[in-house]
Amino acid sequence: MGQNAGGIKGVTASHEHTPLFEARGISKSFGDVTANKDISLKVDTGEILALLGENGAGKSTFVKMTDGVLRPDSGAFLWNGKQITIKSPAAAKRIGIGMIFQHFSSFEALTVLENLALALPQRSLRAIRRDVAEVSERYGLSVNPKSRVERLSAGEKQRVEIVRALLQQPKLLILDEPTSVLTPQEADGLFTTLDSLAEDGMAMIYISHRLSEIKELCDSATILRHGEVVGSCDPQSTSVSEIAEMMIGKTADPIDRAGAYVGGPRLVVDNLSIPVKEGVPLKNISFSARRGEIMGIAGIAGEGQDTLFAALSGERRTPKAQSIKIDGQPIGTMGPTSRRRKNIAFAPEQRLGHAAIADFSLSENLRLTRHAMREFSNRKLRARSLKIREDYDVRSSANDPKAGTLSGGNLQKFVIGRELDRHPDVFVVAQPTWGVDAGAASSIRNKLLSVAQRGGTVVVISQDLDEIFQIADRVAVLHRGELSQTHLVHDMTPDKIGMLMSGEDIDSEPKSTTTQNFTRNRARKTTETTEETIAVRTGTAHEQTKEPIRQAAPLSVVESPKPATPPVITSSAMTSSVSVPQSPPPAKSASQSSPRRRILVSGTVTTPWTAPEVIQKGTVL
Amino acid sequence: MEPFLIAVIVAATPFLYAATGELVAERSGVLNLGVEGMMLLGAVAAFVTALTTGSSGLGILAGAAAGATGALLFVIVALGFSANQAATGLALTIFGAGASGLIGQGYVGEALKPLPKLQAPEQLAEFSGVRILFNHDVLVYGAFALIAIVWLYLNFTRSGLRLRAVGDDHHSAQALGLGVLRIRSLAVLFGGACAGIGGAYLSLAYTPLWAEDMTAGRGWIALALVVFASWRPLRIVFGALIFAAFDQAGNYRETLNIEIPSQFLSMAPYLATIIALVMISLASRRSDTPACLGREFRPDR
Repeated sequence: MGQNAGGIKGVTASHEHTPLFEARGISKSFGDVTANKDISLKVDTGEILALLGENGAGKSTFVKMTDGVLRPDSGAFLWNGKQITIKSPAAAKRIGIGMIFQHFSSFEALTVLENLALALPQRSLRAIRRDVAEVSERYGLSVNPKSRVERLSAGEKQRVEIVRALLQQPKLLILDEPTSVLTPQEADGLFTTLDSLAEDGMAMIYISHRLSEIKELCDSATILRHGEVVGSCDPQSTSVSEIAEMMIGKTADPIDRAGAYVGGPRLVVDNLSIPVKEGVPLKNISFSARRGEIMGIAGIAGEGQDTLFAALSGERRTPKAQSIKIDGQPIGTMGPTSRRRKNIAFAPEQRLGHAAIADFSLSENLRLTRHAMREFSNRKLRARSLKIREDYDVRSSANDPKAGTLSGGNLQKFVIGRELDRHPDVFVVAQPTWGVDAGAASSIRNKLLSVAQRGGTVVVISQDLDEIFQIADRVAVLHRGELSQTHLVHDMTPDKIGMLMSGEDIDSEPKSTTTQNFTRNRARKTTETTEETIAVRTGTAHEQTKEPIRQAAPLSVVESPKPATPPVITSSAMTSSVSVPQSPPPAKSASQSSPRRRILVSGTVTTPWTAPEVIQKGTVL
Repeated sequence: MEPFLIAVIVAATPFLYAATGELVAERSGVLNLGVEGMMLLGAVAAFVTALTTGSSGLGILAGAAAGATGALLFVIVALGFSANQAATGLALTIFGAGASGLIGQGYVGEALKPLPKLQAPEQLAEFSGVRILFNHDVLVYGAFALIAIVWLYLNFTRSGLRLRAVGDDHHSAQALGLGVLRIRSLAVLFGGACAGIGGAYLSLAYTPLWAEDMTAGRGWIALALVVFASWRPLRIVFGALIFAAFDQAGNYRETLNIEIPSQFLSMAPYLATIIALVMISLASRRSDTPACLGREFRPDR
């Protein structure tokens, strides 16, 4: 990337007053729907501008116009003060606008190198191979240039995207949710990369739902809602809750962890080994997920998650029926339909093509997992899908829309709703909130928590550590097809999980996990207080990466009117509840009073995560 | 045996042209079922041109041009107006059969001098292998050269890479700034020209005369051949020789002592294609089946 840096430096000096890129009054409608209305923003060399907004806020439309895929109805783009027309993606590239899309635009049947060669028509394969090696090493984005893209995991594909964009030597880089599938360490590496690129004079528009990232990475933020700019702010001096409120227009659903009760083991995986020709084989995986708990399976992309999910869902039968048991019954050799009839539900990572079919309407997609329950009536399925859309807040203009027309967040809410609507005993879900906006993520996580709360078992396979820390009770880490021991989440720190992710052992012994011990542990733990701080970008990128805070990012703002006194938590669902003292953090700028404790999904960074607990007594499950 | 092998090479030639052209079109993501029609257009145009001008070379060019013209119709309807590709291809086949019959009406019964053949060097002519490999006309050698070129093009050039990319994911290709419709149009036109030459071979060299529907289903076998070859150019050579052997085995039943009914032999290419399809789907490795094959593409604007 040496050439890249050199090229950009030249630009830095010459344009101090005119911003490198400016959008003036950009509007775009599709039929009656106004996707973008009068959007104006500026980004200068060396600046990282955050573009925030919920799914459907119009970010993707705006981004497509900056890339020349769509053309604005009115308004203008300015490059170094001169008006430009971005006619095509190729034209955007010539101008110097690089893109990293949320959905991978890689060619599945081609190799990594061929994909890169397509993006860099003017360079020889040999030069590209050399540059890839250089970029991969420098930014820790390891990719094998010879592998076919279809065999890569989501995380690896994302790395290819980033490498590709960097090889194109853009002056303005637009990143659409670039860290959604990266491990904290990889994300840190990326932030270091982006910081150093910014130092070299690269302008960046950074789109993310993770407000913690915005806070630590971006110099300024523009917030979109319903296609309009609703505000701009300096993310360093604005509180996360303020940003979140601007974005969503209302406070995000608070995550409610009250009333957790953990019963006996329900889903038991015993010494599960699956040899596979492609992908990562599973080796001697054992864990047990219990009633009323959320079991998290962490791990970076491509460590065997796909195979594990397939084994749990029945898409891949296990060699021995005893390897997977539910309530003592072996189910390892059952297919997905038989497992569904045992009241297990599944939601895979890939929304389109695995969980749902793009060209099918939602009611037809509902049938895909409901046929096991012998629900065939079109009329009933339509009514049911309407109910799911209401219950799970799936927004769409059409009556029974095709799955492909929904935004990622809305489709994910539907997919989760489709499974949870039949009240499964066990719910296995992979990457439940990947690429989903703050509001949707919060509502999905709350739904998962409510499954556990009523005694269900949830297994969450997630690469999002924030998510694990936020909702899981226990966690095990997948590394090269092997699963670590199960640990209580509150015994874990992001560092420890990071070590497990890279295959190292950690010192802490796994806690004995009988129900009573467990609940006692939880109660005791919650009386401890932890210093919670908001990570603020200070100093150089190098210093930032050292902060464990960044890695943890459990994305929560804990607010309380009276910091010194423990809040009393009551839950309407409970007859007797124990409230646990909990010391609130000195949330920066988040001084507004709230009558009750509130945790925002997309909040500031706190570490280590301490979940306040309310233990429900006398619940019979 | 020797006459049989020579006949196989000759019979494989129209398959090689038509299948190679179709392979290029399909790798770009377009399923053009009009191969049979384009071959017929090529055959009649080549015959009429060669007869009136007396030049076989011009005949070949006319054949290629006629095939490409048929393909142009397909491009306009199926790519330009995003019509259903399968329906458009079938229409092109029916149109090609009708139009070639109309054009060739006055030429039925006329005969041409076949294309000149490459003579084997006298001192080597005693070897059977030499006699099989020599004694062919320029189009036979051209067919093998064409496959080699297409193979090199698809696998080792940027342009070939772009073509494969368009066939794999047209939306990504557009996002990259590739002209999806332009690349596809050119691929289909190339396929049409190749099919036209395949047809021209029939009317200029194979049986140097014009008869209605003289392709006799070879266009369909070429389509099957592309699948049989699992979209890989070099396998087309192999497949074309096998299919041609099935075709010729009927004529050489007595010399070769074949007990199989000739009807079974004419069915064999399709049977082989079905087996190939089953093998493709059983294989753990993904084949080179273009992911966007036959899918319409409308650029979002």
